[in-house]
Amino acid sequence: MLTRRDTMAMGLGVAAVAMVPGAAIASAVDDAISAFTGGASVTDGGVTIDAPEIAENGNTVPIAIEAPGATEILLLAAGNPTPGVAKFGFGEGAATSRAATRIRLGGTQDVVAIAKMADGSFARGAVEVKVTIGGCGG
Amino acid sequence: MSDVRPRIRLPRSANAGDVIEVKTLISHNMETGLRRDGSGNEIPRQIINRFTCEYAGKLVLDVTMEPAISANPYMEFDVKVDESADFVFTWYDDDGSVYSETQSFEVS
Amino acid sequence: MKTMTKLWATAAICGAVLSSTAFADPHPDAELIIEGELHIATRAEPPEHLGGVFPEIYSGWLFRTDETRALQMDDFDNPGLLFAERGEDRWELAEGTANQSCADCHGDVESMAGVRAVMPKVNENGELWSLQNYINNCRTERMGADAWGWNSEPMKDVTSLISLQSRGMPVAVKIDGEAAEFWEKGREMYYTRFGQLELSCANCHEDNWGRMIRADHLSQGMSNGFPTYRLKNATIVPLHQRFRGCIRDTRGESFAEGAQEFRELELYVSSRGLGLPIEGISVRQ
Repeated sequence: MLTRRDTMAMGLGVAAVAMVPGAAIASAVDDAISAFTGGASVTDGGVTIDAPEIAENGNTVPIAIEAPGATEILLLAAGNPTPGVAKFGFGEGAATSRAATRIRLGGTQDVVAIAKMADGSFARGAVEVKVTIGGCGG
Repeated sequence: MSDVRPRIRLPRSANAGDVIEVKTLISHNMETGLRRDGSGNEIPRQIINRFTCEYAGKLVLDVTMEPAISANPYMEFDVKVDESADFVFTWYDDDGSVYSETQSFEVS
Repeated sequence: MKTMTKLWATAAICGAVLSSTAFADPHPDAELIIEGELHIATRAEPPEHLGGVFPEIYSGWLFRTDETRALQMDDFDNPGLLFAERGEDRWELAEGTANQSCADCHGDVESMAGVRAVMPKVNENGELWSLQNYINNCRTERMGADAWGWNSEPMKDVTSLISLQSRGMPVAVKIDGEAAEFWEKGREMYYTRFGQLELSCANCHEDNWGRMIRADHLSQGMSNGFPTYRLKNATIVPLHQRFRGCIRDTRGESFAEGAQEFRELELYVSSRGLGLPIEGISVRQ
């Protein structure tokens, strides 16, 4: 059944979250992580994600990620139809391994960041962002 | 007139060796490819799929972007400025267009 | 912030449309300071004609989250400024059979300071015109160019640029004299129930501001922030488009952008914000 909430999610351009089975989402996230890490183990911690606890609109959610010592950070939205958001590569001219951007979230979900450290190890951070899907259209 | 327009913000001044915050924005719809038009036809994906920044010939940031990046993509990051040099910002569009902006930055 | 977030979350869980228990205040202590320099008042004494329906009038900015409010406090973070920057190019662009640009007649765009603040305004033929009407009149009559659509990109760009010139100036619409009859009609419309849900503007924005509706925070419906960059649409939303959205949400048949009814409503709604400064280009959810 297509609910009003689904329809609004589609309006956001991140369609049909509810139609993708949970297992498929989890596996898409795992696949994206494996592709990034080459199957190496990932430790928790060392990655900071700064995002609002509640986002007023899922179409533009401010987010900042930081992982000191990282050469690359993969950013995933675990509940979007496709989890990929961005991959940040920090070059020799970067002063920090930090970046901020604005992302689309199809609903309340975990935002996951995997950092590749200079020594080749991987670290993981995650936060839940609650997304208000409602409000009056303009 | 092109509707795609980059905006860059650098600090007014900095000393050699300072870490500065750089902000960039480019006007772009970031069409996800997941929407349909009024007649039910899929609207093809058209996004900025990559953004790079170089300073003094060195790579600062290279971002691969997916449709989950919001319209009018915004990027903020930190650069250590050891010398006066050029910033080169480049955005790559799905349609093959490349938008580039160069700005000189003076350190004292 | 934490307390407020929790309060909002609770209200959202209650989920009720216009629930009397889910009352959440705006952020009355927040101060809108743009670029650390320009103080924009977000609260004011209500105009007399409102007859005491509000203890104080509030900008819609006060009803938004910390993150959304912050976007309007920095001209780089505010994506609406992109539109104004494009508007600067359009201002200089000669077009039409007369090969004239806005700048050819009006000079620097700073000459537009105060224009947004008095819109909509009765023209020399006694018609009530919005800023868009004045722009299109210049295009068709002086430049020999095509009129722009109300919600078109070039119209958004140029109205954003012109509005920016009045930022910080108080709303100054004229509601007496020739404007009085239009204002009365707008006022009548404000209190008229529309749509299957039988809701008037006043039902939400006068009777229930500060409460939750559709998991969102109801403002007092002030128009001083328009044109606004809306995060949901990721573009500039003109006031008439917002009106359309409101009427659609009542499950009613809307008027078109630019319709006489909407220009009258624009005048009346603007007059409810007499005392608040123009914010355009604001940022909303």
